[in-house]
Formats: sequence, C-alpha cells, structure tokens
Amino acid sequence: MVGSVITITSGKGGVGKTTATANIAAALASTGKKAVCIDADIGLRNLDVVLGLENRIVYDLVDVVEGRCRLRQAMIRDKRLPELYLIPAAQTRDKSAVSPSDMVKLANELREEHDYILIDSPAGIERGFRNSIAPADRVIIITNPEVSAVRDADRIIGLVEAEEKGPAQLIINRLNAGMVERGDMLAAEDVLELLAIELIGVVPEDEEVIVGTNRGTPVALDSKSKAGQAFRNIGQRIQGETVPFMDLGQESGFFDRISKLMRPGG
Amino acid sequence: MQNLFGRKRGSASSAKDRLQMVLIHDRSNLPPGVMDALRDELIEVISRHVKVRKSDVQIEIAQDGRKQRLVADIPLETDGQNR
Repeated sequence: MVGSVITITSGKGGVGKTTATANIAAALASTGKKAVCIDADIGLRNLDVVLGLENRIVYDLVDVVEGRCRLRQAMIRDKRLPELYLIPAAQTRDKSAVSPSDMVKLANELREEHDYILIDSPAGIERGFRNSIAPADRVIIITNPEVSAVRDADRIIGLVEAEEKGPAQLIINRLNAGMVERGDMLAAEDVLELLAIELIGVVPEDEEVIVGTNRGTPVALDSKSKAGQAFRNIGQRIQGETVPFMDLGQESGFFDRISKLMRPGG
Repeated sequence: MQNLFGRKRGSASSAKDRLQMVLIHDRSNLPPGVMDALRDELIEVISRHVKVRKSDVQIEIAQDGRKQRLVADIPLETDGQNR
C-alpha cells in the first residue's frame, strides 16, 4: 500500500483546520479507507478533543520522533471507526522538537499501512507549517469567506507553490447562504475568482459543528448535518469521485424560506 | 423596505474589491507607494530618449490566474517637434 499524504493548512487561525481534518478523516474512514491523522500543532494540541479521543493519549508525536515509543504505540484508534487513527501533538513542547525531515520519515512509514495520512497544520507560516507541508502529496487550504482569511489563504497558496507542493486545493468553510443572498458575504465564486485555485469543497455554517465538537463526535458521522454532508462530499472528491457541489442557497431550511416569503421586498 | 429606497450595496462587493487590490500588491510584493516610485523612474529613463505624455502614463499589475505581469502604457508626444 502506498498511502497519500494530505496536509490541511490555512495561514490564519480559527478558520476550521482541525475540524476539517477530523471530519475528512472520519469521512474517509467511514467509507472503509484506512486513515490516520497527525496533529502537527505542537504545544496547542486540539485534534484529540475534536475527535473525542483526549482520554486515551499515552504517547505523542514528539515521543515518536525522539524514539521514546514505537510509532504504533502513539497511534490512537478511534472508538467508532476501526480504520481511523490519531497521532496526537505534544502539549508541553514547542514546534522545534520536530523537523520537516522527521515528518517525511514518519509519513513514509505510515504510507505503508494507510490509504490516507492527514496532517493538521498549525496556523502561521513558520516551523509548524513547514513541518506540515514537507511530506505532503496534496495540500488543502481552508478559508472562510471573509477578508482576512482569504488574504492569508492567498499568501499560503503562494508559499505552497514556492515549495513545489502545489497546486493546492481549496475548502471554503462556514459559508452563510443567507448572508451571501443578502450581499453581505463573499460568495464561493468570489473567493474562487480571487484565489484562482481548484475548489474541493464548500462547507456551510452549521451549528451542528459546534454540537459535534462539544461531544467529540465529528459531524461527518451525522447523516442529517449539512456540514457533515459537505465533509463527506470532500472525502469522496479526495478519492477521485465526481460529486456535484451542494446548492447551499436552495438548501436553506424551511423556516428560512417561510421568513423570506414574509419579509417585505424579500 | 430597503428596496423602496434603492437597495444598499452589500458589503460583500467592497470586500471583493478591497481583496482584489490587496492580493495584487501582496503577490507582487509591490506596495502602492513603490508602484508610484517605479512609475516616476520609468518616465525619467524613457524621457531621456523620447518625449512621453507624463500625465497619461499608466502602470499596473495585470492578473492571469495567479500569474502577474507588470503592464506599462506610455503614450508618446506626437506634436512632430521631437525629431
């Protein structure tokens, strides 16, 4: 088996890298693919809580790199999906504990037994980002339809190209269809036109994402969640399938449609 | 109600316009001030050889996907006096 390494990065913090990593990994594993995700945000560990695996951590990424445990011992198996694993970040170290070549070596070992290796990059453009993209076969940039997030995404796209890891693909996260309709949020088409890269998914703003994070259950496993559907679609596109993009405008809920009918001039 | 008085332009369009400008300068690493200096120096160099209509000189960064080109439009004086 020769697995594929996918790095999820953004430049700006708080746009949804960790949530996207957890959900894409869950989506891939729920279709029977062997997926392992690596939290590369050393010192600010979070992928463990988003996946609900925080109580099972014994060893972490830095323990593997520094030889205190075998790779296998640092891999936490998901409680719901037997094909999903997490390698957590160290919480008490800093990013200099791991080098880009450590990440390449680790990824090459994981490629032998997994279909997909997903790396959750830290925010910023320094060591942690370099570590995260060093082993990448494919880089997915995540952004929000918002001025500062788009600007940072553009910068990251340039850096990924300079490292010859491009062309990167784009996820637009937290799109609010109502605000787009009112002309108060950049539409997916606007963001694509500005960034000029290939789109791999548009995830609508969805309260279920927070509910899922509260519980440690990725929304990709919730068949009723719209964001969950968007993440499952991304999982399928990663596997090379052609999945039409969700029409988020028409998928606005029943109450939205009723209130639109009742709004004067709407 | 907004429609009766003419719909207010959404903030998304100003976000897009502003981002377009910001990204051009971020990508080229040419801040607006440097563009102005570049324009003045270009005019100076070219004016050593040929008369140009200084006020109509346009220098801009053209976008082609993620690639950029510096495009200069430098109109010449055509009063027949410069030969």
